[in-house]
Amino acid sequence: MASESLPRPGGRGDGEGHGDGRHVLAPGHTFATVTDKISALVLTRPFNWRWFAGFSASIALVMLLSMTVVNLLTFGPGVWGLDSPVMWAWDITNFVWWIGIGHAGTLISAILLLLKQEWRTSINRFAEAMTLFAVACAGLFPLLHMGRPWFFYWLTPYPNTMAMWPQWRSPLVWDVFAVSTYGTVSLLFWYVGLIPDLATLRDRAQNKLARIIYAVLALGWRGSAIHWHRYRTAYLLLAGLATPLVVSVHTVVSLDFSGGIEPGWHSTIFPPYFVAGAIYSGFAMVMTLAIPLRKAFELQDMITMKHLDNMAKVMLTTGLLVTYGYGMEAFFSYYSANTYEGFLQHNRMTGPYWHTYYLLILCNCITIQFLWLPAVRRNVYMLFAISIVVNIGMWLERYVIIVTSLHRDFVPAAWGMFRATFWDYGMYWGSIGLFFFLLFIFIRVLPVISIAEMRELVHETAGRNGGHGHGHVAGPEGASSSVTTGA
Amino acid sequence: MAQVFHPSMNTFARVTIFGAVFFAVGLLGVVYAVFRSPYMTGQYVAVDQPIQFSHEHHVNALGLDCRYCHTSVETSSFAGIPPTETCMTCHSQIWRDSAMLAPVRESLAKNEPIRWNRVHDVPDYAYFNHSIHVAKGVGCASCHGRVDQMPLIWKDQPLTMEWCLGCHREPEKHLRPREEIFNMKWAAASEREQLELGRKLVEKNHVPVHRLSDCSTCHR
Amino acid sequence: MRKTSGPDFSALRAGLDGQTGPRFWRSLEELAETDEFTHYLHREFPEAASEWADPTGRRNFLRLMGASLALAGVGVTAPGCDVYNDPPEKILPYVRQPENIVLGKALHYATAVSLGGVGTGVVAETHEGRPTMLEGNPKHPDSLGAIDALTQASLLGLYDPDRSQVVAKARAISTYDSFLGATLGVMDAQRAKKGAGLRLLTPSITSPTLARQIRALLAEFPDAKWHQYEPAAPHAARAGLKLAFGRDVSVRHRVRNANVILALDADFLANGVGRLADARGYGIRRDPGPDKNGMNRLYAVEPTLTVTGSSADHRLPLKAADVLPFALTLARKLGVSGLPEPPASTAVAAQARFIEALAKDLQAHKGKSLVLVGANQPPYVHALGAAINHALGNDGPDGTVEYAEPIEAEPVDHFASLADLCKAMAAGKVDVLFVLGGNPAYTAPADVAFAESVKKVPFKVHLGLYEDETAALCDWHVAEAHELEAWGDVRGRDGTVTIQQPLIAPLYGGVSAIELISGVLGHPGREGYETVRETWRDKTPKGQDFETFWRTSIHDGVVAGTAAAVVKVEPKADLGPVPAVETGEGFELVFRPDPTVWDGRYTNNGWLQELPKPVTKLTWDNAAFMSLATAERLGAVDGDVFEVAYKGRKVEAPVMVLPGHAEGSITVHFGYGRSRTGRVGSGTGFNAFALWTSDAPGFGPGASVRKTGATVRLASTQEHRNVDWNLPGNTAKERGIVRVATQAEYREHPDFAHHGEHGHEPKKGDTLYNADFPPPTPGSEPDYQWGMVINLSACTGCEACVLACQAENNIPVVGKAQVLNSREMHWLEIDRYYEGDPANPSVHHQPRLCMHCEKAPCEVVCPVAATAHDHEGLNVMIYNRCVGTRYCSNNCPYKVRHFNFLQFADLRTPSLALVNNPDVTVRTRGVMEKCTYCTQRISQARYAAEIKGGRIADGDLVTACQSACPTRAIVFGDIADESTAVAKLKADERNYGMLAELNTRPRTSYLAKLRNPNPEIETQTEPTHHGV
Repeated sequence: MASESLPRPGGRGDGEGHGDGRHVLAPGHTFATVTDKISALVLTRPFNWRWFAGFSASIALVMLLSMTVVNLLTFGPGVWGLDSPVMWAWDITNFVWWIGIGHAGTLISAILLLLKQEWRTSINRFAEAMTLFAVACAGLFPLLHMGRPWFFYWLTPYPNTMAMWPQWRSPLVWDVFAVSTYGTVSLLFWYVGLIPDLATLRDRAQNKLARIIYAVLALGWRGSAIHWHRYRTAYLLLAGLATPLVVSVHTVVSLDFSGGIEPGWHSTIFPPYFVAGAIYSGFAMVMTLAIPLRKAFELQDMITMKHLDNMAKVMLTTGLLVTYGYGMEAFFSYYSANTYEGFLQHNRMTGPYWHTYYLLILCNCITIQFLWLPAVRRNVYMLFAISIVVNIGMWLERYVIIVTSLHRDFVPAAWGMFRATFWDYGMYWGSIGLFFFLLFIFIRVLPVISIAEMRELVHETAGRNGGHGHGHVAGPEGASSSVTTGA
Repeated sequence: MAQVFHPSMNTFARVTIFGAVFFAVGLLGVVYAVFRSPYMTGQYVAVDQPIQFSHEHHVNALGLDCRYCHTSVETSSFAGIPPTETCMTCHSQIWRDSAMLAPVRESLAKNEPIRWNRVHDVPDYAYFNHSIHVAKGVGCASCHGRVDQMPLIWKDQPLTMEWCLGCHREPEKHLRPREEIFNMKWAAASEREQLELGRKLVEKNHVPVHRLSDCSTCHR
Repeated sequence: MRKTSGPDFSALRAGLDGQTGPRFWRSLEELAETDEFTHYLHREFPEAASEWADPTGRRNFLRLMGASLALAGVGVTAPGCDVYNDPPEKILPYVRQPENIVLGKALHYATAVSLGGVGTGVVAETHEGRPTMLEGNPKHPDSLGAIDALTQASLLGLYDPDRSQVVAKARAISTYDSFLGATLGVMDAQRAKKGAGLRLLTPSITSPTLARQIRALLAEFPDAKWHQYEPAAPHAARAGLKLAFGRDVSVRHRVRNANVILALDADFLANGVGRLADARGYGIRRDPGPDKNGMNRLYAVEPTLTVTGSSADHRLPLKAADVLPFALTLARKLGVSGLPEPPASTAVAAQARFIEALAKDLQAHKGKSLVLVGANQPPYVHALGAAINHALGNDGPDGTVEYAEPIEAEPVDHFASLADLCKAMAAGKVDVLFVLGGNPAYTAPADVAFAESVKKVPFKVHLGLYEDETAALCDWHVAEAHELEAWGDVRGRDGTVTIQQPLIAPLYGGVSAIELISGVLGHPGREGYETVRETWRDKTPKGQDFETFWRTSIHDGVVAGTAAAVVKVEPKADLGPVPAVETGEGFELVFRPDPTVWDGRYTNNGWLQELPKPVTKLTWDNAAFMSLATAERLGAVDGDVFEVAYKGRKVEAPVMVLPGHAEGSITVHFGYGRSRTGRVGSGTGFNAFALWTSDAPGFGPGASVRKTGATVRLASTQEHRNVDWNLPGNTAKERGIVRVATQAEYREHPDFAHHGEHGHEPKKGDTLYNADFPPPTPGSEPDYQWGMVINLSACTGCEACVLACQAENNIPVVGKAQVLNSREMHWLEIDRYYEGDPANPSVHHQPRLCMHCEKAPCEVVCPVAATAHDHEGLNVMIYNRCVGTRYCSNNCPYKVRHFNFLQFADLRTPSLALVNNPDVTVRTRGVMEKCTYCTQRISQARYAAEIKGGRIADGDLVTACQSACPTRAIVFGDIADESTAVAKLKADERNYGMLAELNTRPRTSYLAKLRNPNPEIETQTEPTHHGV
């Protein structure tokens, strides 16, 4: 079937989409249109030069990553700028940054699902994908930052001839559990959500091989009522499972720092404000991805201004929480009257790394104030710019916490400085390359937006969007079958 | 439209999914077993040596004391491997021209050491000391097995850290009276007796059991 | 300590024969086999010289070259730490077991290591025939059991792969025999002309044997001449004392007896002859004692901020040229008769009050005061010093100074001696020249054209450890045997002789000067052993047979009754006219031997190159040191390269600010900028000898400097550039990291060290944790509880402990590039804090090593339990378990953990593998390491004690740093046992823990620093935060 034969209600294909920002789905869509629109991206891949350019760029960066990794494994962590006293720098900064980004997906999918936020529907799929890829990138760093990464498995409890366990009091051990659990659950959640769509793709795929692959992945989905019933239960259960993880992962990560006695690390407010920061950066990244995506694939009908508007609001909220966090840090250091804390804060603001601190404040606290204005929240270009700034700001936050805390701590004679090397940069940009590499592949082989859920949305928004669309309004399972037979 | 797979695949799918779980667990079990197997620890394999030296003959048949050759076992970390001279003390008199002993005579003639292959090789970061073990009442046989029954020497115990800790945590199960240290045949009459004796020896020899599993006991 | 007397050649040779102990034969087996190594031993010049230039390249080069000993003694590398992953090993027993050798047990031999001809007694620890550690010999008067960094590091020099390894004729490989053949030829020619054309050039010689041989040589060739040249030796002292007493004498100080000490440009605590003994005497007297009034008082007047100056109670920065007027003014104040009017000096005039108070103080301690003069000062000042000491009665019976017969075999003016030689050579009067040791081509003063004139000598021989600048000029170069490889004898400061015994057969087949001269005298085959015995055979004391005498002497490391005879002398009333103090435009240039590489003899020694130089903390370079004000005036910051012009000669030198340096004066150190040295020393620093002239050996005026615009990065282990110069010091004070008070304040407030402690250290029971030692286990006797106390009053910051630790614990050298990235690995670092006025700051030295916290923050964060506590309170580090997350270091408030960011330990160079202590794991890339309280020594002591069925007694067990410390500032032992020395110090009210308020409960603690200033100079103030 040819998608162009279908009406393209409202889809003006401009950057604005539906400027009013009321709709979570443009009016005039039917089960068929959404199905075609989304599945077409995967099945009848029209050559898209934007995709191609992006994909090649990311491959180049993946090459850079592999080069840096090989160099690292050949010579050791010394290829980085690390020194004494700054024994962690970009490695852990990147880890925390990626993990933070990985938060939006599950938050959107799980928590917003439980809260019945229908606007999540069209963004949850690639937000989840983003989560997975972010976690993958995040996983790289704690693994490779080790002096002897080939012994990484010593951090896991397994029966060994040394009769040794991991050292359970160490936050790093719990990182392993937190991150791997989070990764697994996110993956399951994402996959389960995909099953009906995989079935749809299976049924629509022309290519034999593609059909078989989709068939295997679809686990024999037939869209029967019983399937739908189980699917729903499973999906909700997973949502329930994932929800606490959103909070737990970054809490555990924050313990890496608040568990230490270093001034600037040893702080009880880290868990909440790390989680807030994570969601903050997560949404920023979703925004960074969503805006070009909807433009490139003309999805303005499905990822509408309403979505962007809501995400902007979430960013504003979490951004303010983070700002509060910074304020409190500064306040504590003064109010605690603790020599070391006091010196630390003073050194952050006036020491050799003062610029990173103020840049961080600028990015994370000042910039987002624009989001108070509806006009800004409706302007994709502004939003895109702000989301980028926030991504940078959140990276700086981790850098400031790690490096400026370490470089001048208790004993003045042991003070030092940190200077990043080419290999620090290389690994960071390489990981970004990996992230987009995976993302570009995902766009091409799986529906970026959940078809099944969009159909529900068609159904649910039918009344509001002026009622035209499919003649008989069936349940999603009906819809599913009707579409499949229609193919 | 046609189904991609035959319905029987459903069963297959279920089986594989559930099977995977048991497979994973099973694999772990196999790994556990393999790493403790003689295959990995190299136990019970007679190591090839330049000279077919038989501990069985020298200890059992001739009744040589361990210390006749392993002179520094009571004083040093290293038990000591006999210099060629030691062999020649007897073999300059008996078996003077046996072909089996040619390497020994050659070594003495050329003043070149005999190149034995190491059998009990503790990693270099584990600092084992013979003298203290002997002083505290650990018998040779406890770690080296019944050397008096080995025509060619092999490794009797796994020498894994797990194994070391086994004794370091419960020495009373293995200690023996000082005078029995070098006795290959000694064994307590029963487990109970061993325990009673062991506890006494822990007291008598000042064995700081609580300290024995400190990292610094073996690693520096 | 167990000592075995007598030599044991099979044992010594074992080092190369591969018939050795557990952790070693595997490597030796390969060592013997791999042709790389054979090639290594026989190649003429080490290849890939170009690599040497850059330090990282140098490290890679080091790593890649040589026989692949890769895993020798390094289990940590094997991925997966179980037995079955280890490579298969061979066991090579001896063919004939030498007596004394018990495989796996260390042996100790007494010998001596010399610097500038004067020996320091050491006890060398050898494992299976290879020396791995040097410690002071308690029986030796110049060591008293302590050892300094240079002496310690000569051990690494022994194994230096860049040492010359052949006899070379015109730089082509030859043999010792053909050398002797050639030599005997020319010697016959000389014999004909009574040796008129024969010249001998040696460094300072105190060795009785060598002296005896040289005299024999001169007897055989009456017209031959013996010249001596030692660049960095107390020449001025010799001349000054001759001026004062009209004859050659040597001087000995009894610093211990001195209540008031004045150091006139004298760095007697860390430099020069008798430094260890003097430092001991000084250290003992830094203790206030029961009446809290027992401390000595040290005044220092000097241009460069030295170890002595930084430890002084009063330090007066004066240009070197102003020291003479200062001394003269003081001498007149003290009533030394017959002294002329001091030359006018505004700087001295400005110090009237200081001099007044100082004079009073000295007067008040007649007979118990001491004036020391530094080698840099002209003879006249030394004479003055002697006169003052006499006037004060310090040279009385149990005074502070005594004079004795000179210890040098032939005291001469070295500069004149070298000049004569060069004149003769230039005039073509010299046919045969033997340069026995030393490197005159590099060290000769710029106004003595040694390099040019030596070319005129038809037959010139160089005996040396390296194919250095001098070797390049000579026809013949003979590889010299290292002091630890050959028989010899050498005198200590007081003349006491030590017979040097070889600890290992010459690694590279060198010969000693003694053997070479025997050869020249026509006994080619004669071993040094024979010659030395011959010297001593007729010196056997009455009623003793030679063998016992010989063996006891070797065993003890000192030959009884060989101290130089004390002479009763009085300084002349008239010291003659005051030498005109040169004054000129521009800067005064002060020349000193480098604190670590000395006159260049240690330039290729990685340990010393990387050892932070005392006070300045500079590594791998020398610099032009100047005061902060001078630098600001010149618009210079650390690392700016300046062209220093002096007497028409120029060098380019990087500037380094040294607070407390005298205004208008610049200090440069010798020993760098070598043109021919090994892969370690090449391309380091600039050559100060190029400016140095024999007419002003100490210092001279009229230097001008010009900014070149170039900069170099100076690898200092304490950050300068990014830190306001006194921020660290003030912060350390404010945080109570260093706590200081004067003796007077201490009397007032004995608990000053605990004044104003922020957030008091939680007391026992205040915390959730069991604040007591680990509970003793029923049925077994109580555990030892190891702890350490460091007495900041005694610590002079001489860095001896740092190097001792490095040698004992196989600590790798990382190279300049890594030091620049603050990745140096020293487990023990000496922090230096400046406080107060940058023109003349007070300096605090604080050794910082693992605190072995009872509540160690590093332990809770390690994910794999690679760092944990044992029952004796040690915070142990298990390298083979470490995965290198570095979290422990981040969480260590003391930052005493060091990470192997790269493969720092050299696993490839065979000869360097020999220096490793087999009782300590050699760490590989990716693991954390830190001070272990020498846990290997604890284990050894435990075995020894428990096999006997006893316990380790206090004093049986000393850590490497403790044993090295000249002032005995470090005390280690069982703190649970009240009777031990360390427990008593822990109970002292001055005892405090660094950052104790974090409740880390550090086992290493400090005795707050006490100063003893003169109230008339320094007005007393109430102790505020931790003292003044």
